[in-house]
Amino acid sequence: MSLAVPPALEAEIDTLISHYPQRRSASLMILHALQDHFGWLSQEAIEWTAAKLGLQPINVLELVTFYPMFRQAPAGKFQFKVCRTLSCALGGGHALHGHLCQKLGLDPHKHGIQTTPDGKFSVEFVECLASCGRAPVLMVNEAFHEAVTPDQAEALLSQCR
Amino acid sequence: MSTPTPFLPPQTAPSAETIRVKVDGRDIDVPKMMPDWQGKLQPTTMLQACQLAGVEVPHYCYHSKLPVAGNCRMCLVEFGTPMMGPDRKPVLNEDGTPKIARSVLPYEPGTPRGAIACATPISPGMELYPSSAATRQMREAVLESLLINHPLDCPICDQAGECKLQEYSVQHGQATTRFVETKVHKPKVVDLGPRIVLDDERCVLCTRCIRFTRDLVGDDKLGIVNRGSYNTIAAFPGTRFENNYTLNTVDLCPVGALTSKDFRFQMRVWFLKETPSICATCATGCNVTVGSREEVIHRLTPRENDAVNGHWMCDHGRLNYRWVGRSDRLAEVQVRLSSGDLQRSSWTVALDRVAQHLRKATAGSVAIIASARLTTEELFLLRQIGVRVGAIMDSVPRRGEGDAYLVHADKNPNMNGARATGVVGAEPGSQLPRIIEGIRTGAIRTVLAFGEDLVKAGCPAESLGRLEMLVAGDILPNATTARAHVVLPGCAHLEKRGTFINAKGRVQRFRKAVEAPGDARPEWEYLLDLHRALGGPSGPDNIEGLFHWMAREVPVLAGLEWSRLGDTGVTVTI
Repeated sequence: MSLAVPPALEAEIDTLISHYPQRRSASLMILHALQDHFGWLSQEAIEWTAAKLGLQPINVLELVTFYPMFRQAPAGKFQFKVCRTLSCALGGGHALHGHLCQKLGLDPHKHGIQTTPDGKFSVEFVECLASCGRAPVLMVNEAFHEAVTPDQAEALLSQCR
Repeated sequence: MSTPTPFLPPQTAPSAETIRVKVDGRDIDVPKMMPDWQGKLQPTTMLQACQLAGVEVPHYCYHSKLPVAGNCRMCLVEFGTPMMGPDRKPVLNEDGTPKIARSVLPYEPGTPRGAIACATPISPGMELYPSSAATRQMREAVLESLLINHPLDCPICDQAGECKLQEYSVQHGQATTRFVETKVHKPKVVDLGPRIVLDDERCVLCTRCIRFTRDLVGDDKLGIVNRGSYNTIAAFPGTRFENNYTLNTVDLCPVGALTSKDFRFQMRVWFLKETPSICATCATGCNVTVGSREEVIHRLTPRENDAVNGHWMCDHGRLNYRWVGRSDRLAEVQVRLSSGDLQRSSWTVALDRVAQHLRKATAGSVAIIASARLTTEELFLLRQIGVRVGAIMDSVPRRGEGDAYLVHADKNPNMNGARATGVVGAEPGSQLPRIIEGIRTGAIRTVLAFGEDLVKAGCPAESLGRLEMLVAGDILPNATTARAHVVLPGCAHLEKRGTFINAKGRVQRFRKAVEAPGDARPEWEYLLDLHRALGGPSGPDNIEGLFHWMAREVPVLAGLEWSRLGDTGVTVTI
């Protein structure tokens, strides 16, 4: 176990744990905090979480593999999350995703998150981003973009360089 | 493996208060409360009520000794409850019987709705329909769903022949599949631990293995990773599923997902002859079923006995059977010639030689070392012989590590048998130093060693050379049999009938699973001959008669009958 958790992050995590009557209940929040900091959840991060909560690592791995928003490998510097829930699926989400993949040399038919070999861009489908009236929508890291056309998506890509 | 766990729950009686329910139209009174997996009284479930009515409800995840998970859905049963009027009084039919409201979907009153029988408590007047058309349809649907991604590789699956998927497919399955999509492929030949291999594609995700190791053993090593049809049983990368009870998960696994490395691909289970027996690895005496074919033992599996081992046994004991088939087994009666060489002989000649010698021996010059691995009947006979010739007797203690579950620190299966028959006193092994010293000084000139190597027990090998007569009755060659004047090949307990008395005083009978090699005979048979040759009463010549003779002579066993021991034994006070 060789995860270097900065003291500030560990203090934040200790606070998170204190919010729950049972330590175990803080599992998801801790994983989010670790992923926000490290960008992904390594085996060490899972072991660290388990030790922190007095659990077995398999208990934490179950969560990490269940929830699609947890990553077990680093993603790109710029993460494109394209919505494919009903409104966006009808409004051109798949075309948007396909266009991004084509521009970045990724396979639009592949399941799950994909990252360019240089580690700069990731593209993935996500479920509802809560702006169904302005489909299709996507997020680039934490920035939200609505009614995105393929051209606009290309512009977004070029801004990321 | 630190926290105390309900590995062997207390045996609790169901409540005296009963509830009347109907199962397939038949009235039955069942206890209101029944013990759960921890032996605590809980409201009786629909599944228990059906079992009491003698109606089988198919299930994968439910097990009486595991916490209820309710995830496989196979035990869905259609049911109905008495209707209540607005006045909280039962609504009656015209004939005065209570009107039953069948369970239906909330907004689809025409569609029956089942409940999982393993986790649904019964209520007074409830009607269960485990054989109705709707129940059958639910089972078909569940089974079809479970088989969607199953590889259907029964021809090469170890579980074939004892697989719940197969059994329920025969009863509730469909002959053809409607599934035309590509099956999800999951990990195969997963090396979970030193004794377990996992095939994830065959798994039905019942979580029996997870619950067993987490809740009973306290070694929370297994979990389900991934989501949906990619769900997979796994251990955390880099960790091993290796506690001393892992092989119980192979028995618990209702399908061919968890397999034993020892038994994997060794034998089709339908060829195995099954014999009830006892594990002889320690003083717990776990009840086992021996699986053998053509005199070769292929596996031991635990046999249910709530007074001894529940449904379980330890991995070490389970795998401790290969020595029975070792190629260097003693298989010839041998007598040492005046030239010093051992020569093959016959039982008549060898026993005659022993008897002649014993008749001449003076009291106090004979020692008998009787292993606590012998049966109680054999120890009794040795005691009779010992008294007749005035021998000093003892047994060899074997102490080792015990645990909080089933493994006992006493590694002899029958030291209590030795105690009961008087072969040893309060302190087994206390006579050994005196015997060894007697052999060294020449005070003891005759030694009969049964199932024990004197050299291993601390007697210098050169002392044995001074003996006038060394008789070794044993199963495998050792330093004592190599120096003996008479070698008598004996039987492993799996090759004969008899009883052991376990650490808690349980007198347990076992049967013969396989034939012994060559000349080898059960010790009790030739000891009866020897006892007669020494002037003993003609007595019985079968194990039942011998047991009854022993029960008359040994106070602890007073009143016991061979047939009454059954396959699960009787507890006596040692």
